[in-house]
Amino acid sequence: MSFHPEMAYDATFHKSARQLEEEGPAFGYTAENRARFEEIVKRYPPERRRSAVLPALYLAQHQQGYITANAIRHVAELLGITRADVEDVVSYYTMFYTKPVGRFVVNVCRTLSCAINGAERVTEAICTKLAVRPGETDASGTFTVLEVECLGACDRAPVVMVNDAWHENLQPEAAAKLIDDLRARGEAALSGCHHVVERRKDERTGD
Amino acid sequence: MDPVLIAHVREPNSFTLDFYLAHGGYEALKTALTKKPDEIIEMVKASGLRGRGGAGFPTGMKWQFVDKKSEPRYIVCNADESEPGTFKDHLLMERNPHLLVEGCAIGCYGIGAKIAYIYIRGEFYHVQSVLERAIDEAYAKGFLGRNILGSGFDCDVYVHRGAGAYEAGEETALLESLEGKRAQPRNKPPFPAVAGLYGKPSAVNNVETLCNVPVILSKGVEWYTSVGPEKNGGPKLYCVSGHVRNPGVFEASMSVTLRELVDGYAGGVRPGRTLKAVIPGGSSVPILLPDQLDIQASFDAIQKAGSLLGSAAIVVLDDTTCMVWLAQNLLHFYRHESCGKCTPCREGTDWLHKILQRIERGDGQLRDLDLLTGISNNIAGKTLCAFGDAAVTPVLTTLKHFRHEYEAHIRERRCTLPADWRARQPVGAH
Ligand SMILES: Cc1cc2nc3c(=O)[nH]c(=O)nc-3n(C[C@H](O)[C@H](O)[C@H](O)COP(=O)(O)O)c2cc1C
Ligand code: SF4
Ligand code: FES
Repeated sequence: MSFHPEMAYDATFHKSARQLEEEGPAFGYTAENRARFEEIVKRYPPERRRSAVLPALYLAQHQQGYITANAIRHVAELLGITRADVEDVVSYYTMFYTKPVGRFVVNVCRTLSCAINGAERVTEAICTKLAVRPGETDASGTFTVLEVECLGACDRAPVVMVNDAWHENLQPEAAAKLIDDLRARGEAALSGCHHVVERRKDERTGD
Repeated sequence: MDPVLIAHVREPNSFTLDFYLAHGGYEALKTALTKKPDEIIEMVKASGLRGRGGAGFPTGMKWQFVDKKSEPRYIVCNADESEPGTFKDHLLMERNPHLLVEGCAIGCYGIGAKIAYIYIRGEFYHVQSVLERAIDEAYAKGFLGRNILGSGFDCDVYVHRGAGAYEAGEETALLESLEGKRAQPRNKPPFPAVAGLYGKPSAVNNVETLCNVPVILSKGVEWYTSVGPEKNGGPKLYCVSGHVRNPGVFEASMSVTLRELVDGYAGGVRPGRTLKAVIPGGSSVPILLPDQLDIQASFDAIQKAGSLLGSAAIVVLDDTTCMVWLAQNLLHFYRHESCGKCTPCREGTDWLHKILQRIERGDGQLRDLDLLTGISNNIAGKTLCAFGDAAVTPVLTTLKHFRHEYEAHIRERRCTLPADWRARQPVGAH
């Protein structure tokens, strides 16, 4: 049905859409993550443990790669809230993955300042290299390419975030090379990619 | 005006405590602790500091409204920085994090809070680690924690990581998110000053706002009000991006003109290009045309010119830009970021985006332009938070100033710019 005579009502992604997570394997924090969790919970008033749901989900996601129904159950139990409470949060925030993703999640900014500075060509270079479309994971299961909205570094467009590491002023050719480097050297290829501010001016080539 | 907030950001180790202390760091906190909390609020009020997060509401007044009868109280720092074109808080936290920590501590002292939560967007993980290190250093030196500098004042600062939601920047949605729920706004009133985090009195302040507080204490109210036009005082950070030669964050007083920012600080458009339009305050404010740029980049002057300073995110567009595409790009953003709580915004942004897409690819009809206006008018002013008004602005402002581009798309059934206009943009060549 539609609320508007001119507009079709379709089922494209929306934050308000209800999604059911995969059951997944049995889940419990590792001892290390459990200790980390107990540290984090202390930041909030004792009767407000629920506040720790985002950090708790990050821990689960780091441990398992993505969020499953079992991970949700574990987090809900530790926080003393319902599974639905946690599910609600997982389905709302875009940085939680409810399907397996590659070891490297390549997030290309697609918003205005990046788009008018060549972001589309960066996406294209990466997607061609990996033979995927935005939103997909490559055949080897190593890379997931996502288009994301403004990352808050528009002066250094185009901006690409790989997992938690940033690459800025990224030329399409350099983006393709980054994929090769990640394949060859793994996480090591991510270190030091965020421009050191002291150097930023010099690295600009002018026109 | 000499830079104050970002004077040293390009120097090595500007983010360390030693560097900060060598440049007069935490002196403002010491001064603050010799005063009564009310005096701090009075100073901030007298300084005229206006919130740097978007709305420009006077910070001193906001702090005064915080209900002093109820406890505990909280400072919540809004470090969600997600408005397209905005990247000033990013720089502040990454290169001058102790300024924010000091601002949080003084803010807590002023309103009688013992905890400040800094809500940082999830994507800023590299910034968060810098900020957390700064907080650890501050604890180690006794600038945070119990009995700070022997004053009897206790203050904790915690960083809370968001997880990808623009709407979490709206202050009440931020509070919901911090409480472990979806980032969807609350009804106002009650305002956060009365019932904020956990229903307790809270002040939600932007990063740059809190960074101005130590400056007021160390440089004095008189200096502060002497910088920039009346009611628009103090140092301001401007984010200039888009089609300029030298994009970046620039600090100036609000007496600076938009033209000085675009042509001077940011080096103007690239050679051979002409300026087409400027968005002065982030994606959600009306466009200004090249002949409107000789105005002060202050809250009041830009409002008088028919737009808003917002988050001081100046996006510069040259003659290669298709304005229909621009509206489409921004509505993609708003459609994706709508929190879904109100129907006009949730459904309407999707409709607007679909219509813009079809016009842009050449499948539009003239009556679509009325449809765009009609839908926009049914969103603006009819939603729970300001997102609704923000989302329709790119549509209404491009229709107002560039209707001919829409009509040309419809008439010629294609984009009238060279098909590869975006593909030909130089990449990162700045
Ligand atoms: C949709 C929406 C998004 C917002 N995003 C941000 C943001 O990312 N950062 C921010 O500081 N303020 C943002 N704001 C403004 C806040 O609601 C609030 O006004 C601000 O944090 C108050 O701080 P200030 O008085 O120091 O400016 C946003 C407002 C709306 C309506
Ligand atoms: S206007 Fe949009 S973003 Fe704001 S509460 Fe309503 S649906 Fe959410
Ligand atoms: S538009 Fe890409 S970082 Fe802002």
